[in-house]
Amino acid sequence: MAGGQRQKFDNPVVEWVDSRLPVFTLMQKEYGVFPTPRNFNYFWNFGAIAMFMLVTMIVTGITLAMQYTSSTSMAFDSVERIMRDVNYGWLIRYIHMNGASFFFIAVYIHIFRGMYYGSYKQPRELLWILGVVIFLLMMATAFMGYVLPWGQMSYWGATVITNLFSAVPVVGDDIVTLLWGGFSVDDATLKRFFALHYLLPFVIFAVVFLHVWALHVTGSNNPTGVEPKGKQDTLPFHPYYTMKDTFGLIVFVIIYAAFVFFMPNALGHPDNYIPADPLVTPAHIVPEWYFLPFYAILRAITFDLGIPFTEVVLIEAKLGGVIAMFGAIVLLLIMPWLDTHPVRSARYRPWYKKTLLVFVFGVVVLGYAGSQPADKVYWQTCIGSEAACEATDAHHGAADATGHHDVAEKAPTVLKFDNTMLAQLFTIYYYAFFLVILPLLSRKEQALPIPKSIHEAVLAKSKAKETK
Amino acid sequence: MCADTAIKKDHEEGTRREFLNLAAGAFGALGTAAVVWPFIDSLNPAADTLAMASTEVDLSPIQEGQSITVMWRGKPVFIRHRTAAEIKSAEEVPVNALRDKEEDKDRVQKPEWLVMVGVCTHLGCVPLGQKETESKGDYGGWFCPCHGSHYDTSGRIRKGPAPKNLAVPEYAFLTDTTIRIG
Repeated sequence: MAGGQRQKFDNPVVEWVDSRLPVFTLMQKEYGVFPTPRNFNYFWNFGAIAMFMLVTMIVTGITLAMQYTSSTSMAFDSVERIMRDVNYGWLIRYIHMNGASFFFIAVYIHIFRGMYYGSYKQPRELLWILGVVIFLLMMATAFMGYVLPWGQMSYWGATVITNLFSAVPVVGDDIVTLLWGGFSVDDATLKRFFALHYLLPFVIFAVVFLHVWALHVTGSNNPTGVEPKGKQDTLPFHPYYTMKDTFGLIVFVIIYAAFVFFMPNALGHPDNYIPADPLVTPAHIVPEWYFLPFYAILRAITFDLGIPFTEVVLIEAKLGGVIAMFGAIVLLLIMPWLDTHPVRSARYRPWYKKTLLVFVFGVVVLGYAGSQPADKVYWQTCIGSEAACEATDAHHGAADATGHHDVAEKAPTVLKFDNTMLAQLFTIYYYAFFLVILPLLSRKEQALPIPKSIHEAVLAKSKAKETK
Repeated sequence: MCADTAIKKDHEEGTRREFLNLAAGAFGALGTAAVVWPFIDSLNPAADTLAMASTEVDLSPIQEGQSITVMWRGKPVFIRHRTAAEIKSAEEVPVNALRDKEEDKDRVQKPEWLVMVGVCTHLGCVPLGQKETESKGDYGGWFCPCHGSHYDTSGRIRKGPAPKNLAVPEYAFLTDTTIRIG
């Protein structure tokens, strides 16, 4: 920047600073006059909203940390003290607690925007990858934050998730002991989770900086997916998008505030208001809603993978589940190379649009499946004689202590569709979307005619409105 | 450049400078690893955590058919005074039919006392079946409600996602009715 053309500022103080450290010039260039496509819709608000949520979480989090105690004997009580005795403690905690959910809402919409309009495509691959890294860091941070109140869900959530690493062959158990700092989730675990929960948001902040930097090199994508070709296609960021972002943010914050003030526990789980008890597992452990689709994928792998017709097991069900869950995020990471179709926006890709919307539907169904018990039966029918069917029903209810079941004279076939199968079905679609549909569409899909430029698309739209 | 190639020709097996760079680099890498290790190892269980690693239990109040749960290393340990029927059904199971092949006699020191860590080998929940009123699963032993693993009267996995039998901790009979776990 030094030696470059720098415009003088009228204010002498600003000018004095800027001539020594050109921060004002930088802000002017990147946020003042920064040329931004003129056709953004409201989906483009969610990056700024996510940024706002990150700052909100850091500010409320630091304030809470000043009152919180990270030892197993005091953690739960210190959170209750924040709720009852600390001035406005209830407010700050509810902002933080619901803030996690609203941060994820903003980020999920932001990711969907990127997928729908092809923002991950060349030349924005690295921008996209940095985004997925932020998403991963957010998941780690949210998980560790959920452990801190040391309620039943905190404790058992931490136990189940750290135990995932025991699936790693050979060194699995050593890794888990290292994570715990003991032989179970305990004081040492809580203390390190608190330390990391405080650290990671700043790491996220640093990666967000890189994410925005990369964005300002390539410039923003837009709903047509056509790159701006000149001044007629863009607007200066300020005041056009500072205002549009502010408006969207206000709407978002109104909904967020409604949760904070009127239903602060709607997104949480009541069991987490029971202090952690290492001897009693809650009947139904569920992660927070934003992890449910991935939890469903984890639970969908209930079978060992081995060489067919032999007893050789290559991947045990437990490890398979862990691989499938992390794989679901790795697929996002490599998405720019799975979808190589030259057209970016789903507006002009009818098949991509349809399959992507089914994908979103599938993720929502996976989320539902993750919230339900694994053995919940949705539909069941019995083929065979009535008596035999009744016999199997009775057998299912009463398990015999000796461990072997009598074989009915003619075993009837029971057909059923349970929650595990639902999760398996949509896990298959999740993987197929990335590994089959995207590469296939990249080669075969006939795109609709795309506009020559952004301003042509905008003019065509307003003309269509006039004739109406 | 010319001088450089000339030196290279004289030292086919590498110059003195190359050797010094390599040695210095290796030394630096080893040094870094030596500094990183204490930080990683500090995350492992501390001496006081390890010191609390054993516990003594009096078995005399436990009647036949009853179970108790004690804490050991922050985890529940199930101690069950098994009935003759339970021992018999555990011993009769053909080992080849099991996922984690273990004879009942290898899992107990005295057949009537079954001692094991009450942590499901799937993802670490505490299985049900200690209390009279709780579900004991399809095999009359324990049932994990989290992801539906069924254990038999020897604590062996019979059905569900868990890969291994419930672990048997190291323990010793101090007297006929007292054990030390760990």
